[in-house]
Amino acid sequence: MDLKDKLVSSFLAFEGKVDIEHPVHDIRSEAIKNFENKGFPSKKSEAWKYTSLRGLQNIDFSIFPKEENALEYKEVKKFFLHEIDTYKIVFIDGIYSSFLSETTHDGVDICLMSAALTKPMYKPVIDVYFNKIASKDESLTTLNTAFSREGAYIYIPKNKMPKKPIEILHFSTGNETSLMLQPRNLIIAEENAELQVIERHQSLTSNEVLTNSVTEIFAAKNAIVDYYKVQNDSKAASLIDNTYINQKDKSVVKVHTFSFGGKLTRNNLNFFQNGEHIDSTMKGVTILSDKQHVDHHTLVHHIQPNCESHQDYKGIYGENSTGVFNGKIIVDKLAQKTNAFQQNNNILISDKATINSKPQLEIFADDVKCSHGCTIGQLDEEALFYLQSRGIPKKEARALLMYAFANNVLASVRIPELKSRINKLIALKLGVRLGFDL
Amino acid sequence: MAYTEEELKKELETKEYEYGFYTDIESDTFPAGLNEDIVVAISKRKEEPGWMTDWRLKAFKAWKEMEEPEWANVTYQKPDFQAISYYSAPNSKPKYDSLDEVDPELLDTFKKLGISLDEQKKLAGVAVDIVMDSVSVATTFKKTLAEKGIIFCSISEAIKEHSELVQKYMGSVVPQKDNFYAALNSAVFSDGSFCYIPKGVRCPMELSTYFRINQAGTGQFERTLVIADKGSYVSYLEGCTAPARDENQLHAAVVELIALDDAEIKYSTVQNWFPGDKNGKGGVFNFVTKRGICEKNAKISWTQVETGSAVTWKYPSCILKGDNSIGEFYSIAVTNNYQQADTGTKMVHLGKNTRSTIISKGISAGKSQNSYRGLVQVSSRAENARNFSQCDSLLMGNECGAHTFPYIEVKNKTAQIEHEATTSKIGEEQIFYCNQRGIDTEKAIALIVNGFSKEVLNKLPMEFAVEAQKLLEISLEGSVG
Repeated sequence: MDLKDKLVSSFLAFEGKVDIEHPVHDIRSEAIKNFENKGFPSKKSEAWKYTSLRGLQNIDFSIFPKEENALEYKEVKKFFLHEIDTYKIVFIDGIYSSFLSETTHDGVDICLMSAALTKPMYKPVIDVYFNKIASKDESLTTLNTAFSREGAYIYIPKNKMPKKPIEILHFSTGNETSLMLQPRNLIIAEENAELQVIERHQSLTSNEVLTNSVTEIFAAKNAIVDYYKVQNDSKAASLIDNTYINQKDKSVVKVHTFSFGGKLTRNNLNFFQNGEHIDSTMKGVTILSDKQHVDHHTLVHHIQPNCESHQDYKGIYGENSTGVFNGKIIVDKLAQKTNAFQQNNNILISDKATINSKPQLEIFADDVKCSHGCTIGQLDEEALFYLQSRGIPKKEARALLMYAFANNVLASVRIPELKSRINKLIALKLGVRLGFDL
Repeated sequence: MAYTEEELKKELETKEYEYGFYTDIESDTFPAGLNEDIVVAISKRKEEPGWMTDWRLKAFKAWKEMEEPEWANVTYQKPDFQAISYYSAPNSKPKYDSLDEVDPELLDTFKKLGISLDEQKKLAGVAVDIVMDSVSVATTFKKTLAEKGIIFCSISEAIKEHSELVQKYMGSVVPQKDNFYAALNSAVFSDGSFCYIPKGVRCPMELSTYFRINQAGTGQFERTLVIADKGSYVSYLEGCTAPARDENQLHAAVVELIALDDAEIKYSTVQNWFPGDKNGKGGVFNFVTKRGICEKNAKISWTQVETGSAVTWKYPSCILKGDNSIGEFYSIAVTNNYQQADTGTKMVHLGKNTRSTIISKGISAGKSQNSYRGLVQVSSRAENARNFSQCDSLLMGNECGAHTFPYIEVKNKTAQIEHEATTSKIGEEQIFYCNQRGIDTEKAIALIVNGFSKEVLNKLPMEFAVEAQKLLEISLEGSVG
């Protein structure tokens, strides 16, 4: 049976596990209908021109994990940002692990989607925010909506700020030969609220995992949201990440995506600017090898005047890897005085690697400054020679230059421990020891 | 000021298309509709050899299977292909040896267009192969060219007299099945130009063709084939104006360029089809397939100034097949009122050390939509490929749109690709500066737009550059307010 049929037919079984009287269930039923009509996107559709999900559809994924699995903290400590104290929302094979987690209700809500979707006290918030900006049309998003049950729920009320960063971790134990996960996150920052989130998906064995995640982020007036996605999963893990961000007046949202691992990664990052003087930033570093495939698909929709958006994606592609960048900026007629910038720089270090880039602008307002740039090239031979002439071995010299190349993106990471962690990951990925932290 | 901007705006809005007149020449027109019989009839009427008829029928068969493409960023009422007459030829035959014999009414038409033949003959040294509707009416300077061994004639003549060349190259760059409109063109093309430059010959003058759509309800299906043999050079000019019509007219041309080893082709276009009136009524649909292939060390350069057409859908492309070959694309696309343009280029790098440059300037005003769509592709064998692309858009008024869809696909690590695009409006400071020095706003805009487009205008041959500059000013008149 192919994956689509399997998913559609398991929806019945899923209904047995959730409260079908809850209004959210109407949203789910609607969503599964859309997915049933649309199915998985094929390469024929423009948005999926360069990324094929065909291979994944032939794998017999289990949709509900059979049993609860436990993990010892010391087994997985290295995947946490253990140098500092953080709130943690941890899932093992899609099931919440209270043992590894550290949640709170002290002034702010950092807890579970399953609680938010069932407990009456959260209902007013869910009514206002749940599935409000996630696409009701895009098939993978609606697939997630149909099976939405678990994930992170973060609510920061007006003028509050959690004491420490929040980590969202998804572990897959590999107890199932192949597992499909569909986490659903909802993050709300009310007026003047501020928060930092680090999201990571980690599979612990080389069994196949497919994660189809949807995150909705609402940033109210003056809110500040920093979101870091660390994608350094095993070579058998595939991730489809759909993030929808709604911003109000003067809010600042930054999303950093670090893609080093995984078999197939697709990031759909969508910003909607529903207010004035908004700042949206999306940055990414992608370093690939082997047969890895990463597809960054960004959309910034400038709806109101006087807003800014900044995009900066750097990619280094080795061996047989494929990188895709598809950035779209839409400036509505109303959105005068928009400044939108988009930058995509790539280095190919292997003859078998491929890069497909499509930076796209759709502009309907006249008083705007919009630009995009895209480059594909190599490391500067002269710079390399300079370093070598000073006694730095070629490999390290190359790595240094690549560091410099990616550094623009790292510079805006606001958690120093995370920055040094990313640095280490880059060094590991490039196979060198630099002996210093940038 | 006695004459206000408002008044100017009003005047310009009511100004009709300058070149919108209709020449009353009796023509020989086929009944509307398209089927195999019509295809055969066209072929027969043109006294074509059997292989050509078969070639057309093959294309027609392919076309029947195809669907009209919808991916372009334009919306329009699709033409009814059965309501178009596929052949129309001016009646005044046979051909003339001198201009004096040409129907005076026709000559008058060209005078209105500002291309008086005799003047050009004397001054510019331009040989004009005039295409009035579908059949070449007058060809000048043929003798001078013949001395050099250059063949410059209508495609129907070439099919009869140089069939080995046509048979070898026609469809080699744009195959019959390439796309919907190319297939349609391959089946029913009425006429066009053919040009062959022999080995090592440098064409002494700019070759030029004027296309016009004249007869009401006739589709124009031009076919152009330019072959530059080893080491030769040619500069080819194509200019278009069309009379005002209320129903939409279809123009689906195919242009194929073949640059053999060390050859160079420069192909310039000024397109000024009737864009429809200020309410977006009427206008020409311009769905054109233009493509060139470069062999070793060859160079193809496309330059275009697009100011007309209600809907434009056009991507002059270069296939850089040979090592060290060069492709260039310089374009200015101006849209005003309800015009829509989806235009750009494709640079396909196949050979080693191939280079390409793309400079695209889009200017949108009124309620128009202007899109750049381009592809830069570097295959895994194309070592040291180099591309530089720049797409700048200028927006005038808040009801128009500018869009960019660049596709970049690279499979070779030695490739160096740069792409940049900007969108902005004319700075108020710039206009203020001009005003301050006594230049009125309208002139200031023209000045700034000219500066914005200079990189492309500079690439046009002299005579064309002047005309193009004028055209830019005309098309943007009244767009400021």
